[in-house]
Amino acid sequence: MRRAPTWWLQLAVTLLTAAFLIVPAIQSILAGLTVNYFQGLSSGLTLKWIGRVWDLYSDSIFLSLWLAVTCLAVTLVIGVPAAYALARNPGRLSRMLEEFISLPLAVPGLALALALLQLYGTMSGFRTSWTFILAGHVLYTLPFMVRSVLAVLMAMDFRSLEESAATLGASAPTRFRTIIVPSALPGILAGSLTVVTLSIGEFNLTWMLHTPYLKTLPVGLADSYASMRLEVASAYTLVFFVMIVPLLMAMQWATARAQRIAR
Amino acid sequence: MSSRTFVACCLLPLAAFTLAFLALPLVRLVQASSESETGWHIYLQILQTPRYLETLLNTVLVSLAVSLAALAISTIAGVFLARNRFPGRGLLLSILTLPLAFPGVVVGFMIILLGGRQGLFNQLLPGHVVFAYSLTGLFLGYLYFSIPRVLLTVMAAVEKLNPSLEEAARTLGASPLRIVLDVILPGLAPSLVAAGAIAFATAMGAFGTAFTLATNIDVLPMVIYTEFTLSANIAMASALSVLLGLVTWLLLLAARSFTGTTVAAGG
Repeated sequence: MRRAPTWWLQLAVTLLTAAFLIVPAIQSILAGLTVNYFQGLSSGLTLKWIGRVWDLYSDSIFLSLWLAVTCLAVTLVIGVPAAYALARNPGRLSRMLEEFISLPLAVPGLALALALLQLYGTMSGFRTSWTFILAGHVLYTLPFMVRSVLAVLMAMDFRSLEESAATLGASAPTRFRTIIVPSALPGILAGSLTVVTLSIGEFNLTWMLHTPYLKTLPVGLADSYASMRLEVASAYTLVFFVMIVPLLMAMQWATARAQRIAR
Repeated sequence: MSSRTFVACCLLPLAAFTLAFLALPLVRLVQASSESETGWHIYLQILQTPRYLETLLNTVLVSLAVSLAALAISTIAGVFLARNRFPGRGLLLSILTLPLAFPGVVVGFMIILLGGRQGLFNQLLPGHVVFAYSLTGLFLGYLYFSIPRVLLTVMAAVEKLNPSLEEAARTLGASPLRIVLDVILPGLAPSLVAAGAIAFATAMGAFGTAFTLATNIDVLPMVIYTEFTLSANIAMASALSVLLGLVTWLLLLAARSFTGTTVAAGG
């Protein structure tokens, strides 16, 4: 079939855009693995830079993983019951509350960080501990968990399930544990993957909240971009890609699945 | 335990966390903005100081340019990818949505790899083609993280368009251009407005990219950062943050009334 010229034009724009996005990512992967980026690939491949990153920044990688796991735990404990409560009472008040907790999606992280710093900055025990960064991460990721679970719950008839269980004598906590949580699992899974992905990549809040002894992965990245040679910065970025890309793909898969179920 | 009490208990952790880490800090932020000798007139002072005004103008102009460019590019690519099936389409789609998980700092580094002193363009082209640290670099960086967000919104909207309208227009003899202008674009309009607003708000608040590129162009988040850390002008940093937060929040609120979706802010 002969294609119209506009078809080729559209293809060209799409390919150029993809190139704009992927070429620097490939460059960074190559630069992280070449002996000398300035001389090019002919200087040979090496894992030396990855090793250097490990020596310099492994703490930041572990801190980010730890923050992501604890952030997930906190958003699960706060977010899943809250989504259930919001689904049980759909009304103006619930919508306003949902709107309010979603503020961190709209208000830039820098502004939120300044707000947190000014309220808690003088509590030095809290200010200098990792839980201060955790509070920021939970603040930013919580709306994703709540909305993801809420969307799945709103799409199903959990009330009649609950009523049948209640007639059979199940108490409210039992119903939550045996009916609500299992039914909301697709939403919980999608929300969890989103929380972990966003927490590992969070920079705007974390940069303001971190201390010199508590650097997360993205904070370490900013540090390496400013002060390390290009190969080390690239190798570090490569490590970040290896962590974040599978998470992103799992997140997209789980979110699409939850949306299919919620429809 | 009665059902009502249990549901109330379910909401308790959220209420406590939100009060302690969102409501009270925001109140404190607004309060802190009034704690210089100018008091609440500090908001007037923003509008009277050329440096802040210029920053505001810069930020709005860059964000506007990025939103329009991202809309144009993503609409072309989005309509194309939604309407055509060909080998490699899945891969293209993955590449185009990959930057969704990149923090602003990484996006900044990507632009340095393209247009920095050791960048691709400076290596390929003789002479000094360094654009990463200029307005161009900032624009490209913001474009980098805006394209995936806008693209996803556009593609979701294209799937919902009714193909029989285009079919009808074609049978009635409309040219492809006319179909785009009279059928496809009006159908996409609400989503395009919403996606544009999201891109604009994200660009307005983007900090990581500007921070990595360390440009000499003053954009609002960078000025807030320097006022806070270097000048220790806490009241002004707070006032500018309140202003920025209000603008992005109102924009996204307006966008949502169009379609009902928001994509995470970042950059």
